[in-house]
Amino acid sequence: MKTKEKIIMAVAALLLGLVFTVPIWTIDMDAPQYPEGIGMKISINKIEGKNKNDLQNINGLNHYIGMQEINPGSIPELKIMPWIFLFLIVSGVGIALWGNRTALLIWIILFVLFAIAGLVDFYLWSYDYGHNLSDDAAIKVPGMTYQPPLIGTKQLLNITASSWPGVGFYISLVSMGLASYAFWTSKQSS
Amino acid sequence: MWWSIPLIAIIGLTFYGCPSQQNLSSSGDAAQKVYVAPGEHDEFYGMFSGGYSGQMPVYGLPSGRHLYTIPVFSQAPVNGYGYNEETKPMLMTSHGYIPWDDAHHPEGSQTDGELDGRWVFINANNTPRIARIDLTNFQTAEIIEIPNSAGNHASSFVTVNTEYVSAATRFSIPMDENLENMDVPISSYADNFKGTISFIKVGDEGEMSVDFQILVPGFNYDLSHAGKGPSEDWAFFTSYNSEQAHTLLERNASRNDKDFIAAINWRKAADLVAEGAGEDIPGEHYRNYMDHSEQRAKSELIETVRVLDPSEHPGIIYYLPTPKSPHGVDVDPTGRYIVAGGKLSSVLPVHSFEKIQQAIENEDYEGEIDGIPVLNYESIVQAEVENAGIGTLHTEFDGNGYAYTTAFISSEIVKWSLETFEVVDRIDTYYSPGHLMIPGGDTRNPDGKYLVALNKITKDRYLPTGPELFHSAQLIDISGDKMELLLDFPTDGEPHYAQGIRADLVIENQIKFYELEENNHPDVTKTEGDARVERDGNDVHVYITSIRSHFTPDNIEGVKVGDTVYFHLTNIEQDWDVPHGFAVMGAQTAELLVMPGETRTLVWNPKKVGVFPFYCTDFCSALHQEMQGYVRVSPEDSDVEISYRTGTQSE
Repeated sequence: MKTKEKIIMAVAALLLGLVFTVPIWTIDMDAPQYPEGIGMKISINKIEGKNKNDLQNINGLNHYIGMQEINPGSIPELKIMPWIFLFLIVSGVGIALWGNRTALLIWIILFVLFAIAGLVDFYLWSYDYGHNLSDDAAIKVPGMTYQPPLIGTKQLLNITASSWPGVGFYISLVSMGLASYAFWTSKQSS
Repeated sequence: MWWSIPLIAIIGLTFYGCPSQQNLSSSGDAAQKVYVAPGEHDEFYGMFSGGYSGQMPVYGLPSGRHLYTIPVFSQAPVNGYGYNEETKPMLMTSHGYIPWDDAHHPEGSQTDGELDGRWVFINANNTPRIARIDLTNFQTAEIIEIPNSAGNHASSFVTVNTEYVSAATRFSIPMDENLENMDVPISSYADNFKGTISFIKVGDEGEMSVDFQILVPGFNYDLSHAGKGPSEDWAFFTSYNSEQAHTLLERNASRNDKDFIAAINWRKAADLVAEGAGEDIPGEHYRNYMDHSEQRAKSELIETVRVLDPSEHPGIIYYLPTPKSPHGVDVDPTGRYIVAGGKLSSVLPVHSFEKIQQAIENEDYEGEIDGIPVLNYESIVQAEVENAGIGTLHTEFDGNGYAYTTAFISSEIVKWSLETFEVVDRIDTYYSPGHLMIPGGDTRNPDGKYLVALNKITKDRYLPTGPELFHSAQLIDISGDKMELLLDFPTDGEPHYAQGIRADLVIENQIKFYELEENNHPDVTKTEGDARVERDGNDVHVYITSIRSHFTPDNIEGVKVGDTVYFHLTNIEQDWDVPHGFAVMGAQTAELLVMPGETRTLVWNPKKVGVFPFYCTDFCSALHQEMQGYVRVSPEDSDVEISYRTGTQSE
């Protein structure tokens, strides 16, 4: 790896620092009673409402259908994910300094695997919330489940739920792309 | 004039115009001009006085949509204002708690002579008070009582930077050396009865205090407006009954050819007071204010008031002779002209501020009353507008050089030029306008687009509702040369004056709900875990929460006949437009309507043994009908202990 590739790799790794500051995924909910909108911003270390009290209000609405409360404090992924990204940043910067292509490849593969695992985990998480409903729920619609789409838009009773990647996700993609570019060009030059 | 009374009697019984003669633009055009599409918003907030409702209804303009009614001087069972423990102190006076008043003149706060959208003030005429409405939440934030006063009608008009709000005595009363009301024969009016004109200081946060009162002769002080521009240091108050009649005023107070406008140099008076002039005399009055941190009103008793005797302080007040019992007094946007509604006069007199200043400088007086110089009418009058209608009352301005005056008896609005002082247009109203309102029409910078005529008589304008009718208002387009009637809408109570405030000045400061974490009410319950019931002797305090769709607790036992039960309800929602209500069977009070993040207290004295339901009165959610609870009331000598729960269903 030449200096240029090392720099690109360092940028790719350091870019991931931004992921700590922006949501990686967003879920917007559109309902007649919420002309101003209501939604969630999912970051690697926290889940917040789009507006100050949205999370509380979403939980308030969800209790009618018997959905578990979304309580960021009890979601282990939010504690693990920051460490994964920290690992990617530190190891990525290390690889940039070291200049080892094989290590870079392993880094990219690990990153992709982490990303896939994250999406699978997110799917399972939303499956659990959407299907694992309390028997005491006030509103029970036979056959109805409330899993938001992994990506895209879906009608759930009166709510149109839209789930889309957030800025953090795109930053991760760019980081992945830069690392792959560094790997690719260093291959050609070798 | 001897013929005034029969003339008024005859014309007063005749209503001018009927629907077929209406000066209505083609109805399609008019409809389009007032059409605010579903989901769209009006351009102006119309803050109308509720008159004898004591409240302040809010309308959107130009649509005439009734948006809200702000409870101010009267109890409002609709949300418990004046009934619940948190808002009762707002209606405290030196006469005790008062559940009603007569609200007359809303006036928006101003900065540099323009509406700034912070507050609206409004006066109570019957038991003299001024209220301040906070436009961030459209609630009454403060009410101050005016001591040494009766009939607070010439109120609540503000100075150009809201330094002061005005108050005065419409009804003079006997006053001793301490301005205390006296037990004297009513026939001793001329000897004993006096008036006061009060200047209420407004602080940076809006807090009001009676800065000083000026002792004036016992006439009826009627309306007011502060000056602006060159006249901004002055305020003007009309008076009638310079005859000092105390019976059958309709005849006895209409004899003099001229009464007076009191021109007061408030700046000079304020400076004198700041330097220690005047005398502090006993003058007990209440100041009630909303403690925003604790979310409840508090009352404080103020013991004294500063009074200025004008005979000891020359230069603070002059009388401007003005024809025939003038009513409104309105200052044009440039601050140069003072227009008086000479309600029994055949002409509309316009005084010139410049001429007034000259007359004062030249000591051009035609007399003196109790040490107050009376200026020479001929020296100060700029013009007498001819043919301005019969029974002229109030004038507003469009900022384009025209004035608009209501004529009560001839039931019309007359448009006249501030250059030629000639009438250029007139339009009938239905029927008999009192005040009129142009948004910003009494400020330095009017929005001369619409005019609202606030009529006193309704008769056949709408579907009849028996003997009692809402008053009618007409929205008139004044953007062209000819006035055009656009819309006719009924208004709640009896609107006197109104204010039109550009919506964008108000919208951005709106509060959607109260932050629960900032609620420092001593009886707040912030979480369901903190909900509880406590007995303290015969008092039972229920610390109860509401959130869609349940109360915590919702089963309460251990209450006994003879107890006083305080339901301290906190709405722990944190979302816009999710109030919860509360009512319990047999409560001799109104419901609570509690906004998210707010705490309100209902007091219940159970008188019968049994189990009594309570429930949410506001359809809050799909399971609103399930939002209920029970209180068990046991006999006085029962040994049932206090207990409470939510959600533990016996199988």
